[in-house]
Amino acid sequence: MTTTNDPKAADGATRGAGTPPGNPRSGPPDGSRPGWRRLFGPATLFLLPALLFLGVFLAYPAVYSVVRSFFDASGSQFVGLDNYARMFTDDRTLTAIRNTGIWVLVAPALVTGLGLVFAVLTERVRWATAFRVLLFMPMAISLFASGIIFRLVYDENPDRGVVNAAVVTVHDTFASPSEYPGARPRGEELAPDTTRGGFTTTRGYEPGETATLPLVGIRPTDVPEQAVQAADPEPVGDTIEGVVWLDVALGGEAGVIEDGENGMPRMTVDALQDGQTVASTTSGDDGRFTLTGLEPGEYEVHLAADNFTEPFRGLTWLGPTLITPVIISSWVWIMTGFAITFIAAGLAAIPRDALEAARVDGATEWQVFRKVTIPLLGPLLLVVFVTLMINVLKIFDLVFVIAPGSVQSEAGVIALQMWQVSFGAGGNQGLGSALVVLLLVLVLPIMYFNIRRFRRERS
Amino acid sequence: MNTTSQQSPSVVEVSVSGAPRRGPASRLVSRLGSGTLQTALTLVALFWMVPIIGLLLVSLRSEADNTNSGWWTVLLKPTEFTLDNYRTLVDNDVLVQSFLNTVYISVPSTLLVVGIGALAAYALVWMDFPGRDWIMVAVVGLLVLPIQAALIPISQLYGALGIFGSITGAILFHVAFGLPFAVFLLRNFFVNIPRDLLEAARMDGAGEWRIFRKVVLPVARPALASLAVFQFLWVWNDMLVALVFTSPDSAPLTVALRSQLRQFGTNIDVLASGAFLSMLVPLLVFFAFQRHFVQGVFAGSGK
Repeated sequence: MTTTNDPKAADGATRGAGTPPGNPRSGPPDGSRPGWRRLFGPATLFLLPALLFLGVFLAYPAVYSVVRSFFDASGSQFVGLDNYARMFTDDRTLTAIRNTGIWVLVAPALVTGLGLVFAVLTERVRWATAFRVLLFMPMAISLFASGIIFRLVYDENPDRGVVNAAVVTVHDTFASPSEYPGARPRGEELAPDTTRGGFTTTRGYEPGETATLPLVGIRPTDVPEQAVQAADPEPVGDTIEGVVWLDVALGGEAGVIEDGENGMPRMTVDALQDGQTVASTTSGDDGRFTLTGLEPGEYEVHLAADNFTEPFRGLTWLGPTLITPVIISSWVWIMTGFAITFIAAGLAAIPRDALEAARVDGATEWQVFRKVTIPLLGPLLLVVFVTLMINVLKIFDLVFVIAPGSVQSEAGVIALQMWQVSFGAGGNQGLGSALVVLLLVLVLPIMYFNIRRFRRERS
Repeated sequence: MNTTSQQSPSVVEVSVSGAPRRGPASRLVSRLGSGTLQTALTLVALFWMVPIIGLLLVSLRSEADNTNSGWWTVLLKPTEFTLDNYRTLVDNDVLVQSFLNTVYISVPSTLLVVGIGALAAYALVWMDFPGRDWIMVAVVGLLVLPIQAALIPISQLYGALGIFGSITGAILFHVAFGLPFAVFLLRNFFVNIPRDLLEAARMDGAGEWRIFRKVVLPVARPALASLAVFQFLWVWNDMLVALVFTSPDSAPLTVALRSQLRQFGTNIDVLASGAFLSMLVPLLVFFAFQRHFVQGVFAGSGK
């Protein structure tokens, strides 16, 4: 029995020491056949299962994908670089590549930044741990469930999606909703105004004339409560008098004010001359209005567009334009806790002396942060950033779940597109393999970065 | 760096006398600032919870109520709360089976990854053989290999072996892609085990297998727990692997629920309760083993 137990010692010695008699897993105990033992010693037995798995499921497929990418959909015909050419001409795949670019550029930086801010801020409160655990929690649940959660959050219907509910509430506090969405003129007095929206009279009026403007298209019950019976306007010398009312009495005559027909209050009415608004007013409870301060001449009467705008229903978050930012925001929700906890651990490791010394030198908190904390934290921030970047390249479930079927093509990313191309309808595993190679190329620098870091840390 | 270390002798003295020098005004300002900070962080924390609370409340209302008004209104009308969605879910044989499938896939693959990973990490740290460093470098490199790379080749391999669409296939795939992380995490832990421990065992004539089982595994329990929690959640939450390698009979919950996605609005009752049910186990695991999980995530910052 040798006494050399250093695992870093020459392998013969260690192996001799590590192979006592009676060990069922080791080779023959005599040690007389070093070549054989070298191959089938305990180290091999310990490693074999892992190496088998890594070889069959990771190494071989990576190589296979490269080869496969030069063959057509069926895998029988060598097509050279055709799949790559197709990858960069196919609309849907190009969109996926562009979106992946947006993801990689925006998402990791955003999360690292947020993580840094919250890590620094939570250092000053006592319940920092609780805060970090709470924000870390989304990492524990599946991306599928997170996807459902955010599909709900961003639902277009303000009665279901909390974001649109909030947006509509804020919007309606600042811009009161219009009174008469859907109302339209009855008869020939008014016509839709194509340049400024709303409706404009088809003829001109001079001061002293009256304008009677009948509207239909909304239910009498939808007129504001203060509305009263509409009244005919009286002509007055130098103003245009008029009335807007809901001309809907049963059996009534078009363009004539009858009993039971209410005025339309709070309607914004403008006088136009040569396309310019020269006077403006608001109708009263009986629908009457007075346009004053007019020079002699001819004016058109205009009912402003904002009387008729449809109620604001929020934004179509899950539509083609906003879908990628929306999905990125859900990823930020998932990953920020990770960044915070990681960076907070780095902050805790910064020597207090360094910070104190800078403060003593008269540095403000901001200067301390910029000149001491950030440089010391730099390498760690880079690790967080790179880790997030790998995560971004693999994004699949989130896009798959959050983007509704109709906008999947606009929201696509490489990882998702690869699956759809290979296993979806009309599966083309040649093109799919080309996309895998693209992913591998993107991952390669990160691989290199990690290996270099690993070697440096070890030495 | 140099300037700060030169200052260090004076630090102690000045920092002790530093605090009282601040006037009452600046202290008030900092207290106000701290109040603002606390409020802001509380708001952020609440904001972060809104999406999950939303899903929970939606899952506790009927589909009709969810169509008529926002989930937040239920707080004013607690009578709307109902467990009907969950009852429907439990009565749905397909979903119950898929829940079981999730368990059948995640538990074995967790155990296998921990076992195989520990063996390999032990060999890579405590045994010496040619090519050891290269294997470790390969493991670090494979850490970031995207799962997508293996989907096509392995689906063909499984087809040839006749295990396509089986639970076994899904397990083996998960084990393989869990291993680089497992080996990496455990190696980082094993290198810090004091050498004396192993030497003592070797002096007593223990073989590698015995040392592994009786010395290293007990000492490494925290690392093994971190790995197990992490791997379990990873597999439990998976959708991509299951989407490719399982059939309707062996599909886990994520894949089974996915078919409801097409009609998101009308299926919200099933989707919300199903998603919440699928989250329940991870959340329990997370809060029970929160420390292990966080450590696991950090140890393998490459995954």
